[in-house]
Amino acid sequence: MTVKELIDNNIFELVNNGGNGDTVITKPFACDLLSFAMSKASADCAWFTVMGNMNTIAVSVLADCACIILCEGAELDEPGMAKATQQNVTVFKTDEPIFEAALKLYNLL
Amino acid sequence: MYDAIKLTYNVSGDDFTRAGEASSDVKGKLKKMNVPPDAVRKVAISMYEGEINMVIHADGGQITVEITKDCITMILADKGPGIKDIDQAMQAGFSTAPDNIRTLGFGAGMGLPNMKKYSDEMKIETEIGVGTTVTMKVFI
Ligand SMILES: Nc1ncnc2c1ncn2[C@@H]1O[C@H](COP(=O)(O)OP(=O)(O)OP(=O)(O)O)[C@@H](O)[C@H]1O
Ligand SMILES: [Mg+2]
Repeated sequence: MTVKELIDNNIFELVNNGGNGDTVITKPFACDLLSFAMSKASADCAWFTVMGNMNTIAVSVLADCACIILCEGAELDEPGMAKATQQNVTVFKTDEPIFEAALKLYNLL
Repeated sequence: MYDAIKLTYNVSGDDFTRAGEASSDVKGKLKKMNVPPDAVRKVAISMYEGEINMVIHADGGQITVEITKDCITMILADKGPGIKDIDQAMQAGFSTAPDNIRTLGFGAGMGLPNMKKYSDEMKIETEIGVGTTVTMKVFI
């Protein structure tokens, strides 16, 4: 499944479109601690987290994630939004808990 | 291939709006130079962790990156408080990060272990009250 297909699917609400619609999502990845995410997130994964700040965006760029899905109703704060826009990172949000959200995507891949 | 390049970055302390910018910039440059993705990832991870440590623990500092055809050398120098016990600091899970930093997702105590794991060589020079210099190499 590509990022564009995930956008069109509407299971998660789009917060920022990073313009990387052609990227093929490899797998879901769930973690909130940035140093773990940095070393364990694989390229083109969809990262599920409750941390909606600019550091999440920075790690996502460095780890080459396909997109971020903020769970549990977490919001992307304003500096995070600015960074996502500037660095072209696709971000979604959902009210669902991390496991349920990641499982939903997993079943679509 | 390409000529040797030297890049320098000033990292300001406690400024999360710019934290990670130096690492992102280096990553972008290495990609453009067609450095193998595996080496780019190793540099991105180890440099980001070092850069964040400078912001969180040492009130900023300076990063120098030297790129030659077979090696990327990162030198991260700060004038922070220094590290009291390097062996303890290197342990997975050890962190002195305050609560306000932990709520941002930092403080797992995995930064230095990641730097050690993802760089091919790492050296820490530190003196209490003077500062810390971390030198890391990634071979291409
Ligand atoms: N440049 C530095 N100056 C002073 N102390 C440092 C420096 N870098 C690391 N330390 C000390 O070493 C500890 C461990 O660092 P490490 O990067 O492994 O974990 P952390 O930064 O606390 O958490 P994480 O990196 O997982 O977000 C820090 O909590 C801090 O006490
Ligand atoms: Mg750290």
